[in-house]
Amino acid sequence: MNNSVNSLSTEELSAIDEELEHAPYRSAVAIDALKIVQSHRGWVSDSSIKEIANYLEMSSEELDSIATFYNLIFRRPVGENVILFCDSVSCWIRGCAKLEKHINKTLGITRGQTTEDDKFTLVPVPCLGACDKAPVMMVGDSLHENLTEESINRILEDAAVKGKER
Amino acid sequence: MPTIVIDGKEYEVPQGENILEACLGLGLDLPYFCWHPAMGSIGSCRQCAIIQYQNPEDERGKLVMGCMTPVQDGARFSITNEAASSFREFIIESLMVNHPHDCPVCAEGGECHLQDMTVMAGHRDRRYRGLKKTHRNQYLGPLIHHEMNRCITCYRCVRFYKDYAGGSDLSAMASHDHVYFGRHEDGKLESPFSGNLVEVCPTGVFTDKHLVNDYTRKWDLQSAPSICPGCSVGCNTSPGERYGKLKRVHNRYNPDINGYFLCDKGRFGATYVNSEKRIPAVGRRSKDGLFDAIDSSQALTAIAKGLSTSKVIGIGSPRASIETNFALQNLVGQQNFCTGISETETALVSACIEAIKESGAKIPSPREIERCDAILILGEDVTNTATRIALSLRQAVRNEAYNMAEGLQLQSWQDAATRNLAQDERSPLFLASPHATQLDDIAEGIFNLSPSNIAHLGYSVASLIEGKRDDAVTKTDANDYGNIAEALLKAERPLIISGTGVTDTSVVKAASSIASALVAKGKETYLSLIYQEANTLGITLLDQGQGPSLSNIFEQGENNNIQTLIIVENDLYRRAAKHKVDKLLQAADQVIVLDIMDNETCTQADIVIPASSFAECEGTLINFEGRAQRHFPVFESKHPCRPSWEWITEIGKISSNKNMLEWQCFDDINKACSESSSTLTGINEVAPDRKYRVGGRKIPRQPHRYSGRTAMIANLSVHEPKQTDDTETPLGFTMEGHSGDRPGELIPFVWAPGWNSNHSVHKLQTGSERELKGGRSVVKIESKNLIQSKQQVKSVSQNNDQDHFIAVAMYKFFGTGELSSQSPGIIELCESESIELAIEAADKLGVSNGDGVTAHGVNGTVELEVKINDSLISNCVGIIQGMPGAANINPGEGLSLTRSENWVRRSEIISSDQLGSKNV
Repeated sequence: MNNSVNSLSTEELSAIDEELEHAPYRSAVAIDALKIVQSHRGWVSDSSIKEIANYLEMSSEELDSIATFYNLIFRRPVGENVILFCDSVSCWIRGCAKLEKHINKTLGITRGQTTEDDKFTLVPVPCLGACDKAPVMMVGDSLHENLTEESINRILEDAAVKGKER
Repeated sequence: MPTIVIDGKEYEVPQGENILEACLGLGLDLPYFCWHPAMGSIGSCRQCAIIQYQNPEDERGKLVMGCMTPVQDGARFSITNEAASSFREFIIESLMVNHPHDCPVCAEGGECHLQDMTVMAGHRDRRYRGLKKTHRNQYLGPLIHHEMNRCITCYRCVRFYKDYAGGSDLSAMASHDHVYFGRHEDGKLESPFSGNLVEVCPTGVFTDKHLVNDYTRKWDLQSAPSICPGCSVGCNTSPGERYGKLKRVHNRYNPDINGYFLCDKGRFGATYVNSEKRIPAVGRRSKDGLFDAIDSSQALTAIAKGLSTSKVIGIGSPRASIETNFALQNLVGQQNFCTGISETETALVSACIEAIKESGAKIPSPREIERCDAILILGEDVTNTATRIALSLRQAVRNEAYNMAEGLQLQSWQDAATRNLAQDERSPLFLASPHATQLDDIAEGIFNLSPSNIAHLGYSVASLIEGKRDDAVTKTDANDYGNIAEALLKAERPLIISGTGVTDTSVVKAASSIASALVAKGKETYLSLIYQEANTLGITLLDQGQGPSLSNIFEQGENNNIQTLIIVENDLYRRAAKHKVDKLLQAADQVIVLDIMDNETCTQADIVIPASSFAECEGTLINFEGRAQRHFPVFESKHPCRPSWEWITEIGKISSNKNMLEWQCFDDINKACSESSSTLTGINEVAPDRKYRVGGRKIPRQPHRYSGRTAMIANLSVHEPKQTDDTETPLGFTMEGHSGDRPGELIPFVWAPGWNSNHSVHKLQTGSERELKGGRSVVKIESKNLIQSKQQVKSVSQNNDQDHFIAVAMYKFFGTGELSSQSPGIIELCESESIELAIEAADKLGVSNGDGVTAHGVNGTVELEVKINDSLISNCVGIIQGMPGAANINPGEGLSLTRSENWVRRSEIISSDQLGSKNV
């Protein structure tokens, strides 16, 4: 996570250029460009919004309206691992509320917060499409099913050691 | 017309409308939020729900949205049905969940569409007891106040700002109950139409910052029908006053001109009326050069005495009313009356009048402009010189979208669908200008050319339309010009726009020849020519080219032929080079200046007389179409200010001027003017005269209050003082009188029972064209009446060698206007630079933004502050009109430039002031 770099990196630009090859007009790749920058920096800062908007020849307002619309484009810094914790109906029936409290206690954070060591951010999501294995959550890019307090402890310990998943 | 049934009653309604429009048109109350008469329907707020029945036997019906349901013959609806009305009440209750209970401290209160709709829908008790969503507000500049908590997410702000007005710096952010309407970061809203958000927003999210800071409720405001004096479009406005101060300007509906929207200069540029720079008293300069207040009768007698014994010259003004200029013309005689317009501009205005007479094209109103389907703009920077027309042009290019929609049998009010269908398809708009303009984003072709090359483009297009080939044109140009000619010929209603802004008569003539060529091809052709001030056309028509020109006056001054000089509402230092004006004012024995605000000319005068502003006096202005319109006093002039025409008439009476002895009031002057020449015939029919009554009653300027009290001096006395009688106009300074149907030119403000906001205007409208029920007078000075004015074409010496730049006139929306730029809020938006350079030119001179250059031209040398404009063509420099030093340069002349070595950059002088100027 590097907030000081304002201009888009060569890797980011070439990834955006690749998307642009398939797009009918520049602003069509807005969402992809946001995802690319987020994958490199963890989140999308105000200055990144300006840089991307400039590159795609749209106004910062237009791009920001897209960026802020999507919950999973982060407009504030997040931890190395983002926990997407499902609180939808199946997971709720299977006791996710208790598990969420367990996470709160273990990490010392509630919804929307980031741990002091910048390791974890907790974000609720409405469904991860794995209701048959509820309760579920995602940490980084991996889905974890049939959660229990014990399995959550193990998952969080592993993630803390491994650092950011790519 | 289809017949529909609403709650068992049959109505005839216009074909093609939706049920919401139809209901409002019938005078039936149906609440709504997201719909707007100019912006159509998107069906998002669900507030206008009504029941539609399949047939007479259907007793249950289904819920439909009024704004999304087209009228059909025989269709049956119910507004009052319990299912529909409880649905509407529930919608309001949901919107209110996050709306704060802050009406008492909200600037929208008392004219709030949300308040009106809440009462109309019957929502009374709030059941929600939880926390409300709150937001941080943004700084949106010195004109507009932001209070996001009040938002009900109707999306009308972004639909206006982005879709209708083409702005890009306001967006809807986030989703569900986080939705936020604002900018990416704090900063002034860039669109010149941003002020309309104040009226477009149904609640108090966007409010007028000037009004918020010095607040008065609508029901306490005194208003009068007025005309914006800011440019030659002549938008109709409704300024509001209390305690002798102009508080705000709202739009006044005129279907031909401004419709529902004003520009920001018109809305926020009138508060100079309250300025401390207003001339406070009649003053005579004493020996030490300071002004001493003197008794006005003493001053007038002295002036009158001078009139009978010496040679007198009167200089009028294109920003003063016809009546003021006519009175001055009568006082000094036609041979001694000068319009006060510069030499160059007079020639341009004459060229425009000729163009109108010769081309045979129609002059469109802004509403007609919106119906044109191919447009060519030659040189005129419309967004800066006739701003409201730029908004009309943005609607005109959507005609292609409406055509596409019609092909799918989609009604034009289906806004979201029409925009989705058309995407970036637009009717063709071509523009030629020496620099980038704010209409470039909707243009199909942009030609960055010098003024003489713009004229060449015009002539080439004209000959292509005539079917001739121009051999002097290169192949690529021929292709481009061919596209323009083809687009204009293909259109049903082609429109050519030019004007005096580009300051080259050949451009106006080229525009005229294109229009003639199109007329010859049998096209319904429109030609719109823009002038620079509110009454430029009016004073030119009054003068008929008979009076001396400004340079003739300078010559007379040099020959010591002028003893007395009367200058009315005109700062000559903005019209001609400083050394010339200095000489003239020194040469005259007695210089008398009548003006509203203190200015450079005033400081050189011997006697200064305070004149009323547009908001304190009656007057007639003639707009770019030749349409004559009347503005009425909103409030009384503060003593000893009086209308200029009244001062001049009084001087005339003292000096026993035969014509003027009979003039007792404004109507007499107006009538005399109408009778004086065939050109101005009819300007006495612009609005009813002072004797106009309905049932013996005048039209009130104030809304009806149940207490009947203004309570303005309640801190001193509980007794309400008697209101001043208005003997000059059909309006009264009171709340009593006739408030029913009135002619459009006599509607001071809009209000209807249950409709306190400006949305009540639909109660005054009738028919599918949304005409005013009370009618309105349309007086247009027809082009056939225009008597040819004397051509004063002067060839400007052009140095076309490498070292010289061509001076082109540039205009700034905020800054070029003499009076508007002195309004609070706008003052801080005016830039200080007076010359714009292309990057190449700046590099060559070794200057950057904020540096100074010395310009050497026909009027000697002048120092100007630099702004770099990378869109300017490299052999031209832009002289920003109205800025310091700009009047010393004649547009079109060749300038040589050098870097000013001793220039002190402004940022170095007042950097600490600049930090503190942001007023949130």
